[in-house]
Amino acid sequence: MSVPEQAAPPPEEEPELTRWRGTATDPEADRSRAEDTSPEAVARLRRLSRTLLGDLLRPHRRRLAAAVALLLAQNAAAMAGPYLVMIGIDRAIPPLRAGDAGPLVTVAGAFAVAAVTEYAARRGFLTLSARIGQAVLLDLRQRVFGHFLRLSVGFHERYTSGRMVSRLTSDLDSIAELVDGGIDSLVLAGLSILSVAAILLWLDLPLAAVTLFAFPFLFWLSRWFARSSASAYRRTRDAVALVIVHFVESMRGIRAVQAFRREPRNQRIFVALGDDYRRSSLHAFRLIATYSPAIKLIGNVTVAVVLCYGGWRVLGGQTEIGVLAAFLLYLRRFFEPMQELSQFYNSLQSATAALEKLAGVLDERPAVAEPARPTPLPTGPRRGELIFRAVGFGYRADTPILCRLELTVPAGQTVALIGPTGAGKSTIAKLVARFHDPDTGTVRLDGVDLRDVRDADLRRAVVLVTQENHLFSGTVAENIRFGCPGADDAAVQAAARAIGAHDFIAALPEGYATQVHRRGGRLSAGQRQLVAFARAFLADPTVLILDEATSSLDVPTERLVQRALGTILRDRTALVIAHRLSTVETADRVLVLDGGRVVEDGPPAVLAEADGRYAALHRQWRDSLI
Amino acid sequence: MPVESDGDPAARAAAGTHPVHNLWRLRPYLRPYAAEFAWLLVAGLAGTAAGIAVPLVVQRVVDGPVARHEPAGLLQLGGLALLLGVVEAVLIFIRRWVQSSSAVGMEAALRADVYAHLQRLPTSFHDRWQSGQLLSRITSDLSVIRRFLSFGVFFLVLNLTTYVVVVVLLINLHPALGVLVAASAVPLLLISRRFGRHYHAASRRMQDQQGDVATLVEETAQGLRTMKAYGRGPELAARFAGAARRLHDTGVGKGRLLANTSALLDLVPNVTLGVVLAAGAAAAAQGALTIGELVAFVSLQLMLIWPVQSLGWIIANGQEAATAADRIQEVLDTPPEIVDSAGAVALPRDAVHGRLRFERVSFSYPGATTGVLREIDLTIEPGETLALVGATGSGKSTLLSLVPRLHDVSTGRITLDGHDLRELRLASLRRLVGVAFEEPTLFSMSVRENLTLGRPDAGDDEIRAALALAQADFAYDLPWGLATRVGEQGLSLSGGQRQRLALARAVLGRPAVLVMDDPLSALDVHTEALVEAALRRVLRDSTSLLVVHRPSTIALADRVALLEDGRITATGRHSDLLATVPAYRALLAAEPPAGHPPAGASGPSSSPSDGWGLVRS
Ligand SMILES: Nc1ncnc2c1ncn2[C@@H]1O[C@H](COP(=O)(O)OP(=O)(O)OP(=O)(O)O)[C@@H](O)[C@H]1O
Ligand SMILES: Nc1ncnc2c1ncn2[C@@H]1O[C@H](COP(=O)(O)OP(=O)(O)OP(=O)(O)O)[C@@H](O)[C@H]1O
Ligand SMILES: [Mg+2]
Ligand SMILES: [Mg+2]
Repeated sequence: MSVPEQAAPPPEEEPELTRWRGTATDPEADRSRAEDTSPEAVARLRRLSRTLLGDLLRPHRRRLAAAVALLLAQNAAAMAGPYLVMIGIDRAIPPLRAGDAGPLVTVAGAFAVAAVTEYAARRGFLTLSARIGQAVLLDLRQRVFGHFLRLSVGFHERYTSGRMVSRLTSDLDSIAELVDGGIDSLVLAGLSILSVAAILLWLDLPLAAVTLFAFPFLFWLSRWFARSSASAYRRTRDAVALVIVHFVESMRGIRAVQAFRREPRNQRIFVALGDDYRRSSLHAFRLIATYSPAIKLIGNVTVAVVLCYGGWRVLGGQTEIGVLAAFLLYLRRFFEPMQELSQFYNSLQSATAALEKLAGVLDERPAVAEPARPTPLPTGPRRGELIFRAVGFGYRADTPILCRLELTVPAGQTVALIGPTGAGKSTIAKLVARFHDPDTGTVRLDGVDLRDVRDADLRRAVVLVTQENHLFSGTVAENIRFGCPGADDAAVQAAARAIGAHDFIAALPEGYATQVHRRGGRLSAGQRQLVAFARAFLADPTVLILDEATSSLDVPTERLVQRALGTILRDRTALVIAHRLSTVETADRVLVLDGGRVVEDGPPAVLAEADGRYAALHRQWRDSLI
Repeated sequence: MPVESDGDPAARAAAGTHPVHNLWRLRPYLRPYAAEFAWLLVAGLAGTAAGIAVPLVVQRVVDGPVARHEPAGLLQLGGLALLLGVVEAVLIFIRRWVQSSSAVGMEAALRADVYAHLQRLPTSFHDRWQSGQLLSRITSDLSVIRRFLSFGVFFLVLNLTTYVVVVVLLINLHPALGVLVAASAVPLLLISRRFGRHYHAASRRMQDQQGDVATLVEETAQGLRTMKAYGRGPELAARFAGAARRLHDTGVGKGRLLANTSALLDLVPNVTLGVVLAAGAAAAAQGALTIGELVAFVSLQLMLIWPVQSLGWIIANGQEAATAADRIQEVLDTPPEIVDSAGAVALPRDAVHGRLRFERVSFSYPGATTGVLREIDLTIEPGETLALVGATGSGKSTLLSLVPRLHDVSTGRITLDGHDLRELRLASLRRLVGVAFEEPTLFSMSVRENLTLGRPDAGDDEIRAALALAQADFAYDLPWGLATRVGEQGLSLSGGQRQRLALARAVLGRPAVLVMDDPLSALDVHTEALVEAALRRVLRDSTSLLVVHRPSTIALADRVALLEDGRITATGRHSDLLATVPAYRALLAAEPPAGHPPAGASGPSSSPSDGWGLVRS
């Protein structure tokens, strides 16, 4: 590796390579159910993945039947070849010697028909199976993606984006690989093995009996392979997911990686993870490297035995020479597909392991679920009353963040939440936006428990501008429109104007059509916040939650936003979290939060005069002003 | 989509890089396995030879012992067939065993190199490229190449050899029929050439679309909270469905192409077989061919079916590998712009005074027409703290990113103690400079690892001191202390906690130069005062450049520079600028809170005293 090596990497690096990840706060964090390896879990996943496969294939029943018919036709045509050879040798040559070309012409004609049938059937089958396969992939992809979207924020925090990416790319790739090149050979080979077996039995029973002797070995070998490769491939899926997780994270944080010279260590970790993946794939490949020649060996031994025994039978006059020739040809057709079969059996195992992972994801129940019987939110003027009743919540069972929180925010009130960092302000915001459900108690919006509100209704009513606002790659306009997909350009511009973002956007090289790049990297931090703000403004919710939405703005811009807020928030319920008390001053009411409790509550002017925390903070802040 | 990532393959081909050429360029990765490949080839060819020999033995059996009624010869030849069979299987085993290790080894090495290269490429590259496109290169594309190099190439060689040998044997057996079989190669060639051309375009499209899907997934995963907050699941699902459908359509198209071709490829040997059979039967009838020879001829010819049938697959695989290699080379061919220059020197920490000078520095982002920074002249003396003040989007963060050389200046130069930054070893420079970005970039690993990102050698005391300075002692109270994993992007921490960890990371190891971008923006007033008090001590030992939006933080600085529209328009003491520069005043003066006297009167110097009082008490 040509990465500049750091001066003397500590020699105890190796064991450390596993420790860098640290201990997850949640012992389950590393494995969703899809990554459990206990026998019961594996059996369960198997069952799930089988059900999933059934589900995926059900809509294609007709096409599948057609595909099978085509396949049968192809198979029959392919099987006719050696048989025609036999007839040609045994029945056409003697008359030909006598000058009668009739039988030969018949055989040749039959051969031509068989060849054309095989061509048409094969072409039809392959096209159809590609269609079915791609349709299944599309369906699966969409299902998994849709399910990921439904799963809660908490789940995603555990699962990490890298793993989600790995499920939807690498795992699906390995299923696609099977779809691309496998299914036909798999089915075809299976079919031709069966039909060859039947033909062999029909051709010469004793010879066939000798052949059948190979079956138990084949069976035993295949079972061994199925077992060991299933677990091997499961391991590869996990290993590649870790590679992807690391890759995704280090590319995202590339600025920090470079500024802090993390490259050599990252490289070592990446190589170690890659090595792990390499080893697990190697193990899987070695299994197939054993299985496939072993099948070949059985085939070859059988051919040799049949040759001797068949020759002996011909000598003894029990069989015709043409039969022996055909038999040997069929044997080839019998074991050749076995080879292919072993190859594709391998892809199948890999795809099965991937499907199990996906089935595990699909089986994950959203912790924040859609209500079974949703209650509509009441409509009418002055909506947006928020009530916390005895709300208890903690991200982990052993560390409660909020304890029996009681809070009533009347409709239309603007409430400022302040408090030291880590007090639980954002947590309250996340509960209102239903990123999480409270452990105890209820959060109600206009009298309806949030757990009973349909997601779409809730999102129309409540919008949270998060502390870590995220822009998607796309244009500025698209990002603002994210707040209200139906909005036209004029509405987008109006929103930007209202919060004072229009000037800077118009000054961008392509104005509203400027690409903001990955995570809005093309914009400055303050500009990103303005766009996120415009987005919330456009969404026009009844309850607006702003979690430090102006922390990166310069003072005049912040003031502009504040003024806009003054008008926006007049008839809206708002939770404003801010450290800058300038924002707080304009609120109707201030809540001072500490350790998950409300320690002060009242209008800002009143609290400022009292002798409490807010008054102290306020003084401190005012003194810092110029 | 960035221009680079969907580089039109046709254009590239026209520019002289044939896709196969890119595959060929990967050969250094195979070099370590050269000996193994030789073995492979020998084992493969020998195995095939053994396989081919079996029908010949069959011919002997039919023509010899069976025809002449000699049971003894039958056993001998049967034994030979058995021996050949066993040898073939063993050779296949050897080949596959060896093959698997070289294939995955090559894949891992190539992946590591791509990763290393990506780590070297500057942030401007990463800004432009979609991350999913990069990801799909190190996963899907690499495994396609692996598959080709381990199986495709090999089968290509093996099958071609089989084909040639069999045809030679056939010609030997019966020249006329043999030539007929040989002639069947012509349509095969024509079919596969046409197929290869079409498939090439399709597979490139497919790979780019795979990258798009990966990008979409990654973006969604990372913007999940925003997606949830606005309930935009259905829209994102629709967007994803669009990308997935495009992938589906390409897949179906590819499938159709493959179906047509492989059916055709199948037809050719079948037709040949029919002709051979008819002609052979005629020849046998005339006595020009024994029946045994005819059987051998036909069984040999049947051996051609698999090589021909697999031809479609191998070509498809080869085309995919070629386009995948093309995509990987696109990355590997991008030169890292920010690298050590020849003769770059390393500056030890102790030798650094820390005089940082910007000399007529201009900067514009690649591809942008207007510069962000224009003719910046600025000197920060050793130990001095300079606050950079400017409106949103004025270029403050850009200016800071020039110091650790995340970007290089477009014109002018930046010097540290008189050394142009570009003449310093990159690693050395970045070791001297501590950075706190405006967004705390944390990774899903232990707190300790996050703090010591590039300095795995940092001691416990250093870490403790840094954490204490950033008021981040909460880290010790996490469930597993410093070994606790912070979630991805640090999302299992509160905003202020994240920022304080990032701050601790910047000051860890007392860097000679500190650049901090609005480092206290997510802290409450009280904590901010505590951090400021602690920072003040550190700032004395380092040359510091910090971006500030809040008047309260400016007290940390010895001097202030006002950045307007990419130019430094004023520098000086805070109070002086406040008095003399209206633009400065407009930027920092809050409107007097209602009911209070204009705040200007109280002056900045008195401001943070309460905060320090709190610390001292
Ligand atoms: N996803 C999470 N998983 C585990 N713990 C968390 C998570 N998010 C927050 N916490 C913890 O919960 C506590 C409250 O966090 P919260 O984000 O609500 O604080 P905050 O008041 O918003 O602080 P700040 O002002 O710094 O943003 C903190 O101690 C934090 O470490
Ligand atoms: N990668 C980029 N490509 C092109 N232009 C960019 C890029 N990054 C930033 N810009 C532009 O350069 C200008 C300066 O950005 P910068 O991030 O330096 O501003 P800033 O002063 O730090 O603002 P803020 O206070 O909001 O953080 C902005 O107008 C921004 O739109
Ligand atoms: Mg917060
Ligand atoms: Mg900035």
